[in-house]
Amino acid sequence: MSNWDILWSSYDVFLSGFYNTLKLFGLSAVLAFLMGSAMVFLLEGSRPRLKVPLRIFIDGMRMLPFLILAYLLYYGLPSAGIRMSAWTAGIIALVIYHGAYFAEILRGCRSTFAQGQVEAAIAQGFSQPKMFMRIILPQLILKTRGLLGNQLIILLKDTAFLVIITVRELTAAASSLSSTYFIPMEAFIVVIGFYWLISIGLELFIKMIGRFGAKRGFENA
Amino acid sequence: MPETAAVSIRNLSKSFDGTEVLRDVSLEVQPGEVVSILGSSGSGKSTLLRCINWLEQPDRGDIRIAGDRIGVSDTGKPMSRRELAGMRARLGMVFQGFNLWPHLSVLRNVTEAPIHVQGLSKAEADERAMALLEKVGMADKREQYPYTLSGGQKQRVAIARALAMQPKVMLFDEPTSALDPELVGEVLGVIKDLSKEGYTMVLVTHEMEFARAVSDQVVFLDKGIIIEKSHPSEFFENPKTDRVRRFLELEAPAV
Repeated sequence: MSNWDILWSSYDVFLSGFYNTLKLFGLSAVLAFLMGSAMVFLLEGSRPRLKVPLRIFIDGMRMLPFLILAYLLYYGLPSAGIRMSAWTAGIIALVIYHGAYFAEILRGCRSTFAQGQVEAAIAQGFSQPKMFMRIILPQLILKTRGLLGNQLIILLKDTAFLVIITVRELTAAASSLSSTYFIPMEAFIVVIGFYWLISIGLELFIKMIGRFGAKRGFENA
Repeated sequence: MPETAAVSIRNLSKSFDGTEVLRDVSLEVQPGEVVSILGSSGSGKSTLLRCINWLEQPDRGDIRIAGDRIGVSDTGKPMSRRELAGMRARLGMVFQGFNLWPHLSVLRNVTEAPIHVQGLSKAEADERAMALLEKVGMADKREQYPYTLSGGQKQRVAIARALAMQPKVMLFDEPTSALDPELVGEVLGVIKDLSKEGYTMVLVTHEMEFARAVSDQVVFLDKGIIIEKSHPSEFFENPKTDRVRRFLELEAPAV
């Protein structure tokens, strides 16, 4: 039996790892993006007291290695009496870490946003939340789609770190197969294929947004 | 009893960083009236217009729209965002830089506020928008996106967008100043049509001939003070002050 045959016979381990990685990625990507958008909305200026704490949070997260954050949540917090499952800790880590990055990407673009468009919305009686949702955020997404796509790929790759805190995702599947049968090369090559698959899906999604934007004159992103 | 003024400005003053840009300005605009605000750049005319819908907050004085004070509620406190939004929705504003929303089609630019601010159904808003786009001659471009339009076309869409909220008063802030000369006419034509239909309008402009043709009242601002307020024929033929005479000679030299 070749090493590849061994892996083929354990395809269910890969599939369940792949499924878990997809779930982790999908859930935390959506939540992180919502969190990033919410932070940019809160930075809009109507709540000056939130500005400094939000900036500290965003910059603080960006200066932290992701792995340390995951460690801290899963292994560190129990000593403070807060215990959560590896899944919960993993998703919270992904969401707040990448939420900060999404916020920073959107915030940077917001600061160059044409004030006239905002005034036009105010003059028409838009409330702040409606204006943000309908006028500002859609354009921020169209303008930053390239950076958002990059960040999503980094988020995908960061899910692999969660093997360290015992989340049963793709890398954990490969790692366990490689140590059971001692075939690290083949096992890890297979998971690379799975990560590529998700990345290609992501690329197609970003391209779709690109076409949507190009039709509206948002060419360069 | 006299009719309630569409816009009533009393003793308005406004400073930016210690520089007074409006000084004790008072002005009344009657329903159906077209008022042009003239003056050289820096005279405060755009600031005056922007105070009317509270895009700029005056330091002193009060502004009433059809009798209701904007910016300050009945209790004397600053208006809540919600109240302010309600007051602003009564005023249509057209900007020098058009300020269309680029991610929305022409039609959606016009229906955006009626649907999401006034709560109209999509069908109602579409119907209203199409009638207005027809009026400004942009109905055939309804599915296009702003970046494909010329400046004049953008401004006509912006006018339709402002009209879509069925405002009591239309405010125009130098609507043709960002346009190539050959595109000015199409925008002025639309504004002129509106004046014939009886819209109440306040217009900041550099187009002297146009102001003369459409206005019922011309106001001249100099360093934040209204120094002349008169009927256009009187203003252009027989200005009362040397300042206005000099301005007219520079802006509209005798041919």
